[in-house]
Amino acid sequence: MSRAGHPDNAGRMIARHPATKRAFLRRIAPLLLLPLGGCNWVVLSPAGDVAMQQRDLILISTALMLLIIIPVMAMTIWFAWKYREKGRAEDYDPDWDHSTSLELLIWSAPLLIIIALGAVTWSSTHLLDPYRPLDRVDHARKVDPAAKRLQVEVVAMDWKWVFIYPELGIATVNELAAPVDRPIEFKITSSTIMNSFFVPALAGQIYAMPGMQTVLHAVANKPGDYEGFSANYSGAGFSNMRFRFHAVDQAGFDQWVAKVKASSATLDRATYVKLEQPSEKVPPMYFSGVEPRLFHAALNMCVQPGKKCMDAVMMTDSRGGAGKESAHNVEGLRHDGTIDVGGYHPVEPGKKGEIAQPAGMTPAADRTPAARGKQAPGQQDGDGHGGGHAGHEGM
Amino acid sequence: MSPSPASENSGIWKLIFGRLDWSSLPLHEPIVVGTFIMVMLGGLVVVAGITKYKLWGMLWRDWFTTVDHKRIGIMYMILGLIMFVRGFADAVMMRLQQAMAFNGSEGYLNAHHYDQIFTAHGVIMIFFVAMPMITGIMNYIVPLQIGARDVSFPFLNNFSFWMTTAGAVIVMMSLFVGEFARTGWLAYPPLSGIAYSPGVGVDYYIWGLQIAGIGTLLSGVNLIATIVKMRAPGMNMMKLPVFTWTSLCANILIVAAFPVLTAVLALLSLDRYVGTAFFTNDMGGNPMMYVNLIWIWGHPEVYILILPLFGVFSEVTSTFSNKRLFGYSSMVYATVVIAILSYLVWLHHFFTMGSGASVNSFFGITTMVISIPTGAKLFNWLFTMYRGRIRFDLPMMWTVAFMLTFTVGGMTGVLLAVPPADFVLHNSLFLIAHFHNVIIGGVLFGLFAAINYWWPKAFGFTLDTKWGKRSFWLWVVGFWFAFMPLYILGLMGVTRRMRVFDDPSLQIWFQIAAFGALMIAAGIACMFVQFAVSIINREKLRDTTGDPWNGRTLEWATSSPPPDYNFAFTPVIHDNDAWADMKKRGYQRPLTGYEAIHMPSNTGTGIIIAGLSIAFSVGMIWYIWWLAGLSFVGILAVAIGHTFNYKRDFYIPKDVVERTEGERTALLATQG
Repeated sequence: MSRAGHPDNAGRMIARHPATKRAFLRRIAPLLLLPLGGCNWVVLSPAGDVAMQQRDLILISTALMLLIIIPVMAMTIWFAWKYREKGRAEDYDPDWDHSTSLELLIWSAPLLIIIALGAVTWSSTHLLDPYRPLDRVDHARKVDPAAKRLQVEVVAMDWKWVFIYPELGIATVNELAAPVDRPIEFKITSSTIMNSFFVPALAGQIYAMPGMQTVLHAVANKPGDYEGFSANYSGAGFSNMRFRFHAVDQAGFDQWVAKVKASSATLDRATYVKLEQPSEKVPPMYFSGVEPRLFHAALNMCVQPGKKCMDAVMMTDSRGGAGKESAHNVEGLRHDGTIDVGGYHPVEPGKKGEIAQPAGMTPAADRTPAARGKQAPGQQDGDGHGGGHAGHEGM
Repeated sequence: MSPSPASENSGIWKLIFGRLDWSSLPLHEPIVVGTFIMVMLGGLVVVAGITKYKLWGMLWRDWFTTVDHKRIGIMYMILGLIMFVRGFADAVMMRLQQAMAFNGSEGYLNAHHYDQIFTAHGVIMIFFVAMPMITGIMNYIVPLQIGARDVSFPFLNNFSFWMTTAGAVIVMMSLFVGEFARTGWLAYPPLSGIAYSPGVGVDYYIWGLQIAGIGTLLSGVNLIATIVKMRAPGMNMMKLPVFTWTSLCANILIVAAFPVLTAVLALLSLDRYVGTAFFTNDMGGNPMMYVNLIWIWGHPEVYILILPLFGVFSEVTSTFSNKRLFGYSSMVYATVVIAILSYLVWLHHFFTMGSGASVNSFFGITTMVISIPTGAKLFNWLFTMYRGRIRFDLPMMWTVAFMLTFTVGGMTGVLLAVPPADFVLHNSLFLIAHFHNVIIGGVLFGLFAAINYWWPKAFGFTLDTKWGKRSFWLWVVGFWFAFMPLYILGLMGVTRRMRVFDDPSLQIWFQIAAFGALMIAAGIACMFVQFAVSIINREKLRDTTGDPWNGRTLEWATSSPPPDYNFAFTPVIHDNDAWADMKKRGYQRPLTGYEAIHMPSNTGTGIIIAGLSIAFSVGMIWYIWWLAGLSFVGILAVAIGHTFNYKRDFYIPKDVVERTEGERTALLATQG
């Protein structure tokens, strides 16, 4: 498994793009890592252009602040030593408590640093806004305006990640792939609890929240197998809510898509509802087909049969509300409580590798889960959810 | 909750015990059972000791019912130290789990237990360690520094203390009966909602904080009133000691911020108890609103914690440099600016929730702006040391350690305020390292400076230096061992609150951090040894002058420990280092002309209402409605009853004052 951001990789990057504006930073970053060559400082040597710019920003800001931090720390030690009682410094002056010029200096020096840092902050926050489509593939290449972004829809579930590729009509669980140098647009939501979608090698994180959609634009520049996870605690299975992100070349991506398409499983509403029940350590799963507009239903909390979509409710509300006659349909508005997170009993320590696999799901990997066939606690019976969504409200 | 057969079958059980049943006791968790047995044994020894030496009466009369701000201050400190041991035990358990859980090992804690531990660690350290300790220091020192005889509302002070203690008791109960929240210390919904946390954990959290919050808020009101109204004649606002200034700002923040916490927790309770939809996913609720509201409290809270300690560092630096504080007025303005700005930065805790770039930049820049007055303060301390004669006693050692540690924490804080940098560092161990860097390096180091500085004032003898230095070095070095690895792990993309890890290359860093935690444990042990050794050797360490450090502010003008009435004569103030000024001008203690002194009377109402509040909370947490109802009525009855208590004050007779002051005169005479 190749490690993202290994110093060797970073070194190759220098060879490819010398003499650019940020080349200096690129050159010192691996140096910083030298003493700890075996480690993976992914935040400081990422594989995607967005994360790389965020890394640069960390280094620039730190350098700016060190301009004042280092003198302060040096002065602290120097004054503490020089004016120690035994030193009998001759300029002892117990009543000296004011100096206008020093006051001006001690307020203006931090002020100047913060003005510089504030300017950097304002521009970088706008340039690296996760909602803003990318305009460059990396520091040397612009994005081709004619090219289409790879669309990926992400749903955080308890406790696994569902990735839907709407244009390709495929979906996966806990495995994400994208061709290098092609901008990706993630649309992100969550099934129940707040999570945060984070692939450190690729780009900064953004929260995945139920009933809300966040967006992340990113691009991978170096092929590799990277780690992704939830960066916001979301309950018992949080630690095992991890996925792999494969950055591959176009041929490799086509192969990967073909592999997913070879799966016999499809992600329809019934499957989604089963998948939504809590489980952890879920191995990657592939789905060769996806029910259209499934992400829209997930976002609007109406995948389960009989639920009203939030956008439809909002539409009704904006037209003045539904009136008394709709009171019988309150259950159609309930989403919380349909997924039994509270009743979930996680894997006990000592029982290594026991996987609470959603019933009826076949993992893509060739290994078989130890607890095959054993339903996760709180698992609903799948019967009766099989079809009949044609008349589903709000769709 | 899965009800046991007993509660399932009998409605009468539910009526009497609510959702409490035998399965609520964590009998299957050997760690908890072991802790429970230890705590019970320790408790029994204490209770037996108190009974054997017949101390109950003394405790009740002189301590539990006291309205003396000094005794209440000491009780706050004891509460903080006890809870500190609990909070630190949680920290050690986390460090061990994270150092172990590699290569397929699940460690020794399951998710159910581990998730409670990190929640409890955060809640306890902030609400029941840092808050009581700063309140304790402010309670003890502020009235002395402004030349007052007590706080404005002495009964309220006692009541506030017991409400804070009641909150701590509720949180501690969750360890042995039921469970604590498994949500993280701010209990974000939807996870903390009834649908995803149906157990009692979040209810323990809510009621523990609500009850303690009443205490904190009232203590804030009390101290503001005290500082504004009870200053000695001549002490105008620009002659206030800096510690009192920072306390004033911190208490204004408390009064402005804690109602927001109370309100947001009340809304969460409504969601959980009566099915409203403020923070639910469905029915039009909005969990992000909770996150906004809780941080509107949460960020000022950070400054509530640090501001009083900034004051401590100012007092210590000036005293031990034998020099006036450099830039007094710029220090005061910096404090006020920090207090105001602390309300304009809360969104930086969730840049990653998808606010627009302009909103994120605004809050990022306001956050950075706070570093300007903070930087100015640091320079002021530096220039106080400059041209001084610095004595490196323990308080000054802690202050220098603070200056070196806090600057690093401040720097990483400003780094986190740059939104795009925060996108890769948010929720990572880098963040954890940052806020421990400022909270340990600022708040805790400040508290240790304060304890070493004011201990002789409170008890009349100084603290042992040898064990104090051991504690100091173990703490400072241990701190860097414990938290440098977390900065590094954060840069490796490791996120917080993880229980198990995949990547074996991370393990060494967690092991170094665990080693640091053990060093800190040794530092804490040395601190307790320091207290014990000092108490044993108190005659050798005795300070009879009342002014062992050549202090500059009024608290050093009276005896150590001060008499109940603090000052026989209210001092008159001419300069902002009042006591240094008095000493310079050859102040003579008046030896005649004493009068009887009007003092507030003790009352048991505070502890009784706090006890009833615990009963009320237990009723609410376990759905024992009769208990909640009865104790609520009881609270109202006792509170109303208290208004009919007319025995609220008494006079310390003139001859008692004369005798007390005469003894001090004799003692001072032996000094020569």
